[in-house]
Amino acid sequence: MHVCQRCVSLLLSRPLSAAGQQSTRALHQRSHLILLQHSTRQPPVHRLSQGHSRETWRHFTDHQAASPDVSNKTDLTQKEVVPLNSDVHQISSQVTLSDSQSIDLDVAVRASPLQEVSEEEAVQIQVPSALPPESSTLRPYVDKSETLSKLVQLGVNLWELEQRPNVGSMLVRLDFHADVAPRLLFLKDLGVEESKLGRLLTKNPFILTESLDNLEARVSYLKSKKFSKQSVAVMVTKAPYLLNFSVERLDNRLGFFQKQLGLSAEKTRDVVTRLPKLLCGSLEPIKENLKVCELEFGFRGNEMQHIVTTVPKVLIANKRKLTQIFDFIHNTMDVPHSLIAKFPQVLNAKFLRIRERHLFLEYLGRAQYQPSQPNYISLDRLVFLPDDVFCSEVALATLEDFERFQKTL
Amino acid sequence: MAAQAIRLFRKMDGLFAVYKPQGVHWKHVRDSIESNLLKGTLNSCPPPAPQLAVQFQLLSSGENSSSSKDLALSPTMVPTLADHPLVTGPQFHKVHVGVGHRLDAFSSGVLVLGVGKGNGVVKVCYILYDYTLEGEFGKATDNFTDTGRVIEKTTYNHVTQDKLERVLAMIQGANQKALITYSQVDLRTQEAYELAVRGLLYPLGKSPPILMGLRCIHFNPPHFSLEVQCVNETQKYLRKLIHEVGLELRTCAVCSGVRRTRDGPFKVENALTRQYWTADSIIQAIAHFHKTTRRIRKSGMYSLRQQLSALRMRR
Repeated sequence: MHVCQRCVSLLLSRPLSAAGQQSTRALHQRSHLILLQHSTRQPPVHRLSQGHSRETWRHFTDHQAASPDVSNKTDLTQKEVVPLNSDVHQISSQVTLSDSQSIDLDVAVRASPLQEVSEEEAVQIQVPSALPPESSTLRPYVDKSETLSKLVQLGVNLWELEQRPNVGSMLVRLDFHADVAPRLLFLKDLGVEESKLGRLLTKNPFILTESLDNLEARVSYLKSKKFSKQSVAVMVTKAPYLLNFSVERLDNRLGFFQKQLGLSAEKTRDVVTRLPKLLCGSLEPIKENLKVCELEFGFRGNEMQHIVTTVPKVLIANKRKLTQIFDFIHNTMDVPHSLIAKFPQVLNAKFLRIRERHLFLEYLGRAQYQPSQPNYISLDRLVFLPDDVFCSEVALATLEDFERFQKTL
Repeated sequence: MAAQAIRLFRKMDGLFAVYKPQGVHWKHVRDSIESNLLKGTLNSCPPPAPQLAVQFQLLSSGENSSSSKDLALSPTMVPTLADHPLVTGPQFHKVHVGVGHRLDAFSSGVLVLGVGKGNGVVKVCYILYDYTLEGEFGKATDNFTDTGRVIEKTTYNHVTQDKLERVLAMIQGANQKALITYSQVDLRTQEAYELAVRGLLYPLGKSPPILMGLRCIHFNPPHFSLEVQCVNETQKYLRKLIHEVGLELRTCAVCSGVRRTRDGPFKVENALTRQYWTADSIIQAIAHFHKTTRRIRKSGMYSLRQQLSALRMRR
């Protein structure tokens, strides 16, 4: 990733924010800008102040003398000892005359480096900036760029962002007051907490290039679908890319979920608020997961609805892992569909955990998953208790026994 | 401080053993241990203080800089953001964690990992690898495991423990012959005879998998389990062994589990289970095996005498 030369020159030309700080860097950049503007047209005309000494004028005249325009020579040599102000105007007019005849770029004023210069002059000398025109990291630009330093102070992980292609160049090009600040204020108005802003921008830096009209349109669309202000803020925090999607796309997805799952508007809103990633990703894997649950697992419609409202993650879970867990629970542990639908959190758990714990209980003779039988162990207690609590309460054994058993599997 | 992180990094050199669960690829185990080590120790150390840079600031308060008369520039030290951890990224990106003798996804058991300088020692060839093989009579599958596609089903009522022991003895005899061949000794000499009597023969250089010990621990038809000590083996060979045992008994058998119980000096008791794959436990385990690692590095191979004496004690 290269921060390109154009961006760097833009960076240099933009003056830093005032904030009352009158550092020399700002001065250099302003004069650099002037230089850029002037250099394209004429040979550089230095801004000379009144404190300039006379020797340089003589140098200037000597240079002019070297030009091929012999007609101007005699005029200049006569004008050596003259008041300075008039000198400037006349010489500049001479230069323009010579311009019209021929542009000779060798006729440039070059002050000798050994000449004494006053303090004001010294301050105004522009130092070429040490910023590299290209870089593969954002490190050289962080201190110089206001946008980047403010982003770091917010908590944005610039290192992660510069790994992504072209994002670094984009960030360097942004202007804090014109681009970044309005969007940050917009997010704050929306209700996103300041501590979460850093993480949000790290995940989705493109929210800073999205137009404010679009962002506002999408938020107003969500509010028109009766999502409360808080839920919109929560959704944007959880799914940083949400506001980059068009209104049609959001509408399409919300309609799909409502139709496919057959849920009421209220429940759809609840599911989407808890897992806003559903609105961001593609619909194909979700359709596949739904088909798998219906056909392969054999869940009925109302069971499916209950599962999705309790654990929305089932919709975007990995198909293979989901099948593995369900296969183990239904075929090896002999748990019927109705019980699984009652505790759908098991479908979200880690397969190895379920397997080890079930085999341990089976070894101890305590694997009872029917609610009607004594010593019944519910599926959520099987899976979600921490190890020591599981061992002491459910399996009635010590943690060491469990570890020893794990090593026999 | 950065120094603290670097000191920790230098301390993490050595070998330790992990109990690999069944169904997990060894690479996932290695990756999760590497990320746990990075998370737990190295990147949780506080970052170094930001460097200070000199900035010259104009003290004059005039609006027009070109017309100001007194230009006093004062140098001030301002912390730079270029060394902020959010800009530079984490201090350590990688820890070298190497796997000694791999276990395929179907098997479980002791997996020795080396960190840092331990990677040089981790591939040292031990002689003793102990495996426990679980088998089941009655079916044959395409990949010799009980999860594969079933090709054949047979009866196994005629199989008794006695017959099984006879078959195992026959297999062990064949392996002893192979051992003598690959140990490249002439058994007609007196020294070779004494070595063979004391059980100190071992294969030199490259050899096919050779079983040095084989016995039946558990027999409960259709399930049975064998204990194997072998060298130069692969887990697929061991599953095929179960299949061949079944064939010899005029039935068929599949392998329902391959468990490595010992990898040189690392036994099952020393292996860390999944809940202990954190940075602290790993560093403790490395410290525990520090002496063993040093001995391995010095001798170039785990001490032959100790291994073979352990073999003899079993018999």
